[in-house]
Formats: sequence, structure tokens, C-alpha cells
Amino acid sequence: MTVPAELDRRFREAAVRAGLLDAGYDVVDSPIGPLLLAASDHGLLRISFQRDRSPEEALEQITRAAGRHVLRAPRAVDDARRELDEYFAGRRSSFDLSIDLRGATEFTAGVLGELARVPYGQTVTYAELAARVGRPRAARAVGTVMNRNRIPIVLPCHRVVGSDGSLTGYAGGLDVKEQLLRLEGAIL
Amino acid sequence: MMDGVATIPPFEAFYSQHADEVLSVLRRKLGRDRAEDAFQETFLRALRAYGRLRHGEHLRAWVLTIASNVATDVHRRAAATAHMPEVAHEDGRPAYEEIAGLTDGLPPKERAAVVLRYGYDLTYDEIAAAIGSSPVAARQAASSGVRRLRAASEGRTP
Repeated sequence: MTVPAELDRRFREAAVRAGLLDAGYDVVDSPIGPLLLAASDHGLLRISFQRDRSPEEALEQITRAAGRHVLRAPRAVDDARRELDEYFAGRRSSFDLSIDLRGATEFTAGVLGELARVPYGQTVTYAELAARVGRPRAARAVGTVMNRNRIPIVLPCHRVVGSDGSLTGYAGGLDVKEQLLRLEGAIL
Repeated sequence: MMDGVATIPPFEAFYSQHADEVLSVLRRKLGRDRAEDAFQETFLRALRAYGRLRHGEHLRAWVLTIASNVATDVHRRAAATAHMPEVAHEDGRPAYEEIAGLTDGLPPKERAAVVLRYGYDLTYDEIAAAIGSSPVAARQAASSGVRRLRAASEGRTP
């Protein structure tokens, strides 16, 4: 595209201001690799690890989640970018962002709500999290919710570990899960 | 596509694909400066209408039609606010050239009203918009300017 950068930026900002987008997104750098951030008018919609993904795949992902009115629009994810920068710099231990959980089942929303209350620097097991939502036998279902968490880091599924303390799994890779827990001081 | 109908791409893909061509079409029609606002307007209109598309065919023609409509609106707005038609006088000089010299001695508002009315043939509504007053005040300014000119040509003060 050869449209002048300033003109391109002005259009993208105008689209956000006019409230015409299902989601605005941007790919930002972070210590754990590039992250795709997407937000709707209702809040943060997705954080996705982009290590092995092409921009086309990222766009397709956002479209599936939000609708076809999606546009790369850095302005739409300004708050998320700033808070994540602070988090990775060790200056932020909790997030103050609206989250768009429309479409989530009651169970999923409940589990993610409890997950959001797991403090910085601490871990919880799948079974404990299941117990906290009143479904003590649903550890496996809780694992599935973690696995499908669309807003990792901010909804801290990296703080959920196996009953034996093992890291089990993570969408961004076990090395990333370890890196986040190390950043928070949960692993020395 | 399996059913032979193109699916509608995410708006980002549509925008990236057509932005260059839309901008160059608008630059040809409107010039560099005015093309920039028209570019933004074109894609905002497209974004507003994007949800009503039923398939992804002819998107290029679709967005170029929108661009063309925006350019027409820009021309129309320019004509409504700033267009100065050249009303040719009998001797071939444009009327505004002739009248401008005659009105040099008038107070600024009266001069503007007289020149716009009799030199450019604008309506009082258009004159009011141009000099930032009401149509009634524009009419009064023009007629008092004409009285002053008449008095001057007869060698008296009005």
C-alpha cells in the first residue's frame, strides 16, 4: 500500500472514533514475542501469541471472533498495550481493562471471573479453581476453559498449574508460561 | 469458493487492497489536498455500508462508485459555498473585474455585498454565507452600497 502513512493513520483513527468497528487490532512486540491485541467497544476481546502466525491468520482469527468490520487500529488497543508494557516491565501487578466476554457460557464466564482473582505471583491448581466456582469435580472442564482462554496474561491462566505443581500446558508454549511465572516471582 | 460466490473479506483486507487505487482516482478528480478528506470519507461510507453487502463480488467497482459519489459531493459543496461564476459583461470583461474597481471606496461589508451580488451574481443566501451575516443584512448592505455608488457618481453624499 502506498497511501501516505499519516492519511492511513487518520482513517484508522476515524473508524475507531465513529464506532464502526466490530474490533480494532494491532500486533505489538513483547518480551514473550509478538502479541495480537484486539478490542471491541465492550473491551478487550483477544490476546493471541503470534510467534508462528502470519498476519493473514491473525486477521482471520479476529474476524471469526468479532465479525467482518475489523481493522488494524492501534488506537483501539492503546490501553491494553500500555498496561501490558507496564506488566512486562514489572511495574503492574493487576490489570484495569474492560473485558469483552460476550458469547461465553455461564460456566466459562464464572471460571474466568475466578481466574481473574488469582493474585499476581501466586498459582492455583485446576482442581482448586474448580472448587472455587462450586464445581469441585470439574477440574478437567476448567482445564478446557484455560486452554481456550482468549485473553491470556490479562486473564492469568499461566497461574493455573497441575496438582503436582507441574506447569502442564499453555497456548503460548510452556517456556512462555514459565517466563511469566518467573517475571511474577512465582518461580525462582 | 465452492458455491461460486466470493465471500466478503474482513474490512482490513478490503481496505488494504483498494486504498491505493481509491486515492489515485480521488487525486485525479479533486487534486491532492481535497483527495485526502475524500479518501477518509469514502472508506468511512464503505465501512458503514459493509454490513449490508450480501457477497464479496465487484468490491472494486463498489468502492470506486462510492469514491466517485464522494468526489461529486465535494464538487457540489464547493460550488455551493465558493463557486464564483464568471458573469461576462458586454465588453467581454468579467463583471466582477469591472465592478471591483468601481466599489473601492465603499465600506468593506457593502463592497463585498455589491461585488458578490452584481459582480458574481450570487444569491443573498450565498452572500450571507460568504460574509458571515444574514440574507436580510446582505441585501441591506448591497442596496446601501448601490445607493452610495449612485450618490458618488452624481457627485453628492448619500
